[in-house]
Amino acid sequence: MSGGLQVEGLVKRFGGLLATDHLSMSLAGGEIHAVIGPNGAGKTTLINQLGGEITPDAGRIVFDGRDITHQPPWRRALAGIGRSYQITSVFADFTVLQNLCLAVQAHAGHSFRFWGRAAGQRRLREPAEAALQRVGLQARAATRVAELAHGERRQLEIAMTLAGGATLLLLDEPMAGMSHAESEQVVALLASLKGEHTVLLVEHDMDAVFSLADRITVLVYGSALASGTPDEIRSNDAVRDAYLGQQEDV
Amino acid sequence: MVRPGTVVAALLLAALALVPALAGAFGEPYYVRLFTRILVFALAALGLNLVLGYGAMVSFGHAMYIGIGAYAVGMLSAGGVASGWAHLGVALLAGGAIAALVGAICLRTSGMAFIMITLAFAQMLYFLAVSLREYGGDDGLRIATPSDFGGVDLADANTLYYVAFGVLLAVLFAFWRLIDSRFGMVLRGCKGNARRMAALGFPTLRYQLAAYVISALVCVLAGVLLANLTKFVAPSYMAWTVSGELIVMAVLGGLGTLLGPVVGAAALLLLEEGLTSLKLGVPWLDELLNQHWLAVIGLFILLVVLVLRRGLYGWLAAPQARKP
Repeated sequence: MSGGLQVEGLVKRFGGLLATDHLSMSLAGGEIHAVIGPNGAGKTTLINQLGGEITPDAGRIVFDGRDITHQPPWRRALAGIGRSYQITSVFADFTVLQNLCLAVQAHAGHSFRFWGRAAGQRRLREPAEAALQRVGLQARAATRVAELAHGERRQLEIAMTLAGGATLLLLDEPMAGMSHAESEQVVALLASLKGEHTVLLVEHDMDAVFSLADRITVLVYGSALASGTPDEIRSNDAVRDAYLGQQEDV
Repeated sequence: MVRPGTVVAALLLAALALVPALAGAFGEPYYVRLFTRILVFALAALGLNLVLGYGAMVSFGHAMYIGIGAYAVGMLSAGGVASGWAHLGVALLAGGAIAALVGAICLRTSGMAFIMITLAFAQMLYFLAVSLREYGGDDGLRIATPSDFGGVDLADANTLYYVAFGVLLAVLFAFWRLIDSRFGMVLRGCKGNARRMAALGFPTLRYQLAAYVISALVCVLAGVLLANLTKFVAPSYMAWTVSGELIVMAVLGGLGTLLGPVVGAAALLLLEEGLTSLKLGVPWLDELLNQHWLAVIGLFILLVVLVLRRGLYGWLAAPQARKP
């Protein structure tokens, strides 16, 4: 299936800091691949390079067999890479449905259409409503995003990547700041995406990571300390020493 | 249910439509010219509001496009070309080309840099106009014959008023459609978060550039009308203070509201007119207000911005709306 991603020898320096240190990893189509690591390990920097907001100093990023290393963010989005942000950045002045319609619109041809009301267009509404249903926010369709609860906004973030028809989702801490019940909902949602979408999941909630991920890459100082199935990672001594040892509940 | 915004809009536009009739009835033809001026600046502020209010691009150089429109009329007229269609065509072509070029450069920047670079371009054009000796240089240029649109005689004050009013209505209607269209949604999305728009798959720059050019063209139209109103064009038409006034009009009326710039332009110009000729019958107070009307306007703007936040029209149209 599509949505496969290869990262080869990725390097990113910020001054003297090596934020990404010759990182290579690969995501098979349809898998959930978690990236974990201590703060400052370069997880968000990695996502920003995959999304195209930061250009790597060296290395290659290949998506669906095409080299996308130097493509701008919007081209990658059109190719099927959707991302959510660590800091929720949906459009607060729009309603939930408008946000989703905008995500659909990005993939529905050019937007040099100056006359017809976007809100009434079935071609935008139907995929938007489907995505809304998928994350369980139907009841909030007409609510302005500014009035949503934090957890709902994060769910909307995920819904927007789905509405855009992305095959690869880059999710940067989708459960951050969520209540227990809300993160359970998101775990269920992400589990249902397995096989349909490729997911790169950066998350600090280890329960969620170990229950969801097909594979896990542990990032420390910008390079991959280990990569493998949840069981392999759990029993890896180096990972225990470097990272998981600090987490009591694993 | 009819929304209060619709009522306010209908009343406002109906009042504007009646201006020449009322001025005629009261034997005060001067007011037709005053209100034509208001319409012209309302049109320009409306154009600016597309980028400023809906796109959060703070252009501090939009007076440049008023100047381009006015100079197109002045220079062609001086060269013996009287055809209004030629005036309009040249103005829009020149304005569009310059806007595309300037926009493509300015939009590489954002925030304070964008403000300063738009100002810099406007100042460049201002000094270019000053250097045009054969077109009056600093002193400006009288326009002997107005733009000739066949049967429409722009030299007639009432005709010019209704032409300006018609253009304003047409642009208002087009913008009303535009802001809810796909293009409008992209523009408003870029205002909220351009980075996120790119991550969704929108090549944001080209949409912002298109909005910038459209907004400039509306100001060019205003410039063509202004030249026909004053029968005169000078570099002062594109002074940076005029760019500033356009911003004040948009903010005063309500950024990102359709009719806000119209209300803002009317409020500012009427206040200016009223304060400079005010006669309350108290000599010292009259003199104070007539001399220092700018200070009063300053206080008024301060009050509106601090208290109403969403501008005069935003406040009239949705008094019960929640404060953002």
